[in-house]
Amino acid sequence: MAHSYTPGLKVLKNTKILKERRLPLKGSVDTSVGDTVAPGDTIAKTDLPGNVQMVNIANQLNVDASDVETVMIAKEGSKVSKNDLIAQTNGIFGYFKSSVNSPVDGTIESVSNITGQVVIREAPIPVEVDAYIRGVVDEVITEEGVVIKSYGSFVQGIFGIGGESRGEIKMLSENRTSEISVDMIKPEHEGLIIVGGSFISLEAYKKALECKVAGVVVGGFNYYDLEEILGYTLGVAITGSEELITSLIVTEGYGKIQMGQQTFDLLRENSGRLASINGATQIRAGVIRPEIIIPSDASSQKDSDENSKKMSGMTEGSLVRVIRSPNFGKIGSVKELPSELRKMESETMVRVAIIDIDGELIEIPRSNLEVVETD
Amino acid sequence: MKLRSILATDCGSTTTKAILIEFVDGEYRLTFRGEAPTTVEAPFEDVTRGVLNATMEIEELSGRKILDGENIITPQKKDDGVDIYISTSSAGGGLQMMVAGVVKSMTGESAERAALGAGSIVMDVLAANDGRKPHEKITRIRQLRPDMILLSGGIDGGTTKHVVELAEILAAANPQPRLGQNYKLPVIYAGNKKATSDIQKTLGKLTDLDVTENIRPVLEQENLKPSRDKIHDLFMEHVMQQAPGYKKLMSWTDAPIMPTPGAVGALIEMVANKENISVVGVDIGGATTDIFSVFQSQFNRTVSANLGMSYSICNVLAEASLPNVLRWVPFDIDEKELTNRIGNKMIRPTTVPQSLEELVIEQAIAREALRLSFIQHKAFAVNLKGVQKERTISDAFEQSDSGESLVDMMELDLIVGSGGVLSHAPRREQSAKMLIDSFLPEGVTSLAVDSIFMMPQLGVMANIENKKIAEQARVAALEVFEKDCLIRLGTCIAPVGKLNNSEKILNVNLEFKNGDKKNIDIGFGDLIRIKVGYEKVKATLTPGKSVNVGAGFGEQINTDIYGGQVGIIIDGRGRPLQIDQSSSKRIADLKKWSDAVDEYPELGK
Repeated sequence: MAHSYTPGLKVLKNTKILKERRLPLKGSVDTSVGDTVAPGDTIAKTDLPGNVQMVNIANQLNVDASDVETVMIAKEGSKVSKNDLIAQTNGIFGYFKSSVNSPVDGTIESVSNITGQVVIREAPIPVEVDAYIRGVVDEVITEEGVVIKSYGSFVQGIFGIGGESRGEIKMLSENRTSEISVDMIKPEHEGLIIVGGSFISLEAYKKALECKVAGVVVGGFNYYDLEEILGYTLGVAITGSEELITSLIVTEGYGKIQMGQQTFDLLRENSGRLASINGATQIRAGVIRPEIIIPSDASSQKDSDENSKKMSGMTEGSLVRVIRSPNFGKIGSVKELPSELRKMESETMVRVAIIDIDGELIEIPRSNLEVVETD
Repeated sequence: MKLRSILATDCGSTTTKAILIEFVDGEYRLTFRGEAPTTVEAPFEDVTRGVLNATMEIEELSGRKILDGENIITPQKKDDGVDIYISTSSAGGGLQMMVAGVVKSMTGESAERAALGAGSIVMDVLAANDGRKPHEKITRIRQLRPDMILLSGGIDGGTTKHVVELAEILAAANPQPRLGQNYKLPVIYAGNKKATSDIQKTLGKLTDLDVTENIRPVLEQENLKPSRDKIHDLFMEHVMQQAPGYKKLMSWTDAPIMPTPGAVGALIEMVANKENISVVGVDIGGATTDIFSVFQSQFNRTVSANLGMSYSICNVLAEASLPNVLRWVPFDIDEKELTNRIGNKMIRPTTVPQSLEELVIEQAIAREALRLSFIQHKAFAVNLKGVQKERTISDAFEQSDSGESLVDMMELDLIVGSGGVLSHAPRREQSAKMLIDSFLPEGVTSLAVDSIFMMPQLGVMANIENKKIAEQARVAALEVFEKDCLIRLGTCIAPVGKLNNSEKILNVNLEFKNGDKKNIDIGFGDLIRIKVGYEKVKATLTPGKSVNVGAGFGEQINTDIYGGQVGIIIDGRGRPLQIDQSSSKRIADLKKWSDAVDEYPELGK
């Protein structure tokens, strides 16, 4: 039978982390297998083709498209600067000449004798990719990038905004149920990753932006407040390209929801350490979740290779989290997995699990449960 | 060869669904079905794994041996294996295309129609007159990275300049395909044939260019089939080859793999033509909503790429606005709390509504997703634009223009709904009510839902080209569609007009199969349900003076209608449907209409 449970978000204390760092187009890779890299090191670079400007010479000089080549001063392949003369008519007895100047610096890529258009390509745009995490180059993907290997803690959130960032972890909340308020965020938090409990308000997040905090990790945030930060209503959960100083990672969902115990404890243990975070989220086929990576010290790297064990799905005794109301956010253990379909209050017939939440046995659809993946 | 058994799969982006069709007691019937998660992504990266898992489930349920190790046994040997195996696919995001035409509302639209009809998602329509500067178009092409581009433009023999200009823009952008860095992007040219050599010169080296017949050879005629066929060919040759495991899957199937929506469209078109009726079909998924229609024998399909029930649910909220969603909710709810709940469905797309309140909210959102998708469809399913019409003096007062919508709700005979929220609603009454509220049918319209969304598999079955089995497969597809796929909900009778409250809008006289008769007066604002199974009922409908039920204002009609799992619903709420602005009146009205059809009997208890 098809598995109907949602694979859980990873909360791993000590695991092997492999991170692929790829260029958008082929280019050159500047590191080799075995090199030790720091998060800010450039590992590969390339040039994206420059922007293109199209100039219709035939229209501008009022000549036939088939005659355009005869009026071109700058030929195909030649370099031109902005305002350089690129085409000119003969005029009448050498007078009344019409001309066209280049609108940009670039290279004449093509001249069409069908449409009379000239394509000018601007200079290439250099692109660099950095290592993002501390680690060792494990594999080089020829001309495209590298895979970096590291050991340490790895936590996934459910939703985030803002791209890659890094900073030291600073716990702002004492426990996983308390909120981050405006007055808790101070200028000295600049460049840090601050961790809260159940919630951060829009005002507090704005203060974090103001203080140039590198990242915020928290249990919940209001969906309707996203609009003010993003400038548009978030219709589909595809994020990561927003230009925000402060990346936001939500570990549980929208609303006030206490952070999972394991997540909170693990982040607290890592307080003061350097973390790399990425708010990029894509909830579609090929799902991407926001992440917090905290590489451990070199000395503890040797024996943790086997820690990344495969999850076998939901079984009796599994630790699970409820991911839809009622009981949203609560954690319990699976007591029973009845095979027959059961009728919910909504009259939907579903496969359920019987969960022990604080000593109370509750029937919940298996699709509304998430296995808590820990090591 | 007599077809005895058919195995068909649909590899969706999350689930692979398999059905087994067998020839039993002189007819083709669906006998077993199975499903398993699709395995296109890591760690499996092989679509055939999911196909085998779904097939194994059928084996377990039926006790029939279909697999020999990791192969499907074809043809059937004694009781083992199946005679043919076929499949559709929308895994990995389906087929994503970009289309280009010279004039946006003419060749641009024709190209879009061809691409949508072939089952693709159209990412953008480029046109010479779309208002964007060349460098903006180039940036857009680079960003999108489509699977394929369809370039059209110009009528045969007309000016070539504009279409070549578009080709030059494509060349300057040098687009890269979405999947795989090592092959050239397929481009289909279906424009002015006079420009073919210039197009080849411009794009021949940079892209994998294929030339087919002009999509608009003359202004008055659209020729979509050659382009649609070419899209299917290239989908198989290029796009599918890049997706993990598809080479193997293609070697297993007895007919080319079709994109899922292409197969659904083909089936709906076939049913409409066979019965000579107008049909609207809808498939509401997690990310997108597809609408198919056949009016005046013309087929149209639209995809509302960001209107869906999970991945795109927040976009429904954004496009419809909160008040429009709330107008379908028969209780008061904190608005901020509601937006957080909807947001949580988007980030946990696989969850299901456990409480009745959550179900009502999801079905309210579904109504808006369907309504908005249908608005988009009506705007797209139009007569050809740019065609000159000869007018007579009698047309002088009727300023009908080219580009009129083909969708005529009074003419519509059948609405078929599919997708989780419609097919798996706990009560069929809920499905019927959602279809009525969102599509607002007029006159007499039959309602049905696809039981387990097997239209894709039946669509590909109906389109097998191998002559030895084509006819049998087509018969099998239609038989299974009638008997196992469609669940007949019943008929909706909706008079059009606006009256004062409780004024009589319609008199209905029904004569049932067993001879029983019923005469009912319907007041404006009433909704009535008559329970009757799928049987013929003779109906005489007499509308009020300023009311039309199909034959004109105040004109009576006599017709045969059918009941179904829900029965006959007489919708006297008038068209357009007005929902009261005041919260208390709205809630009272919604409850009255809901109680009339037994939609949420437990609500408020």
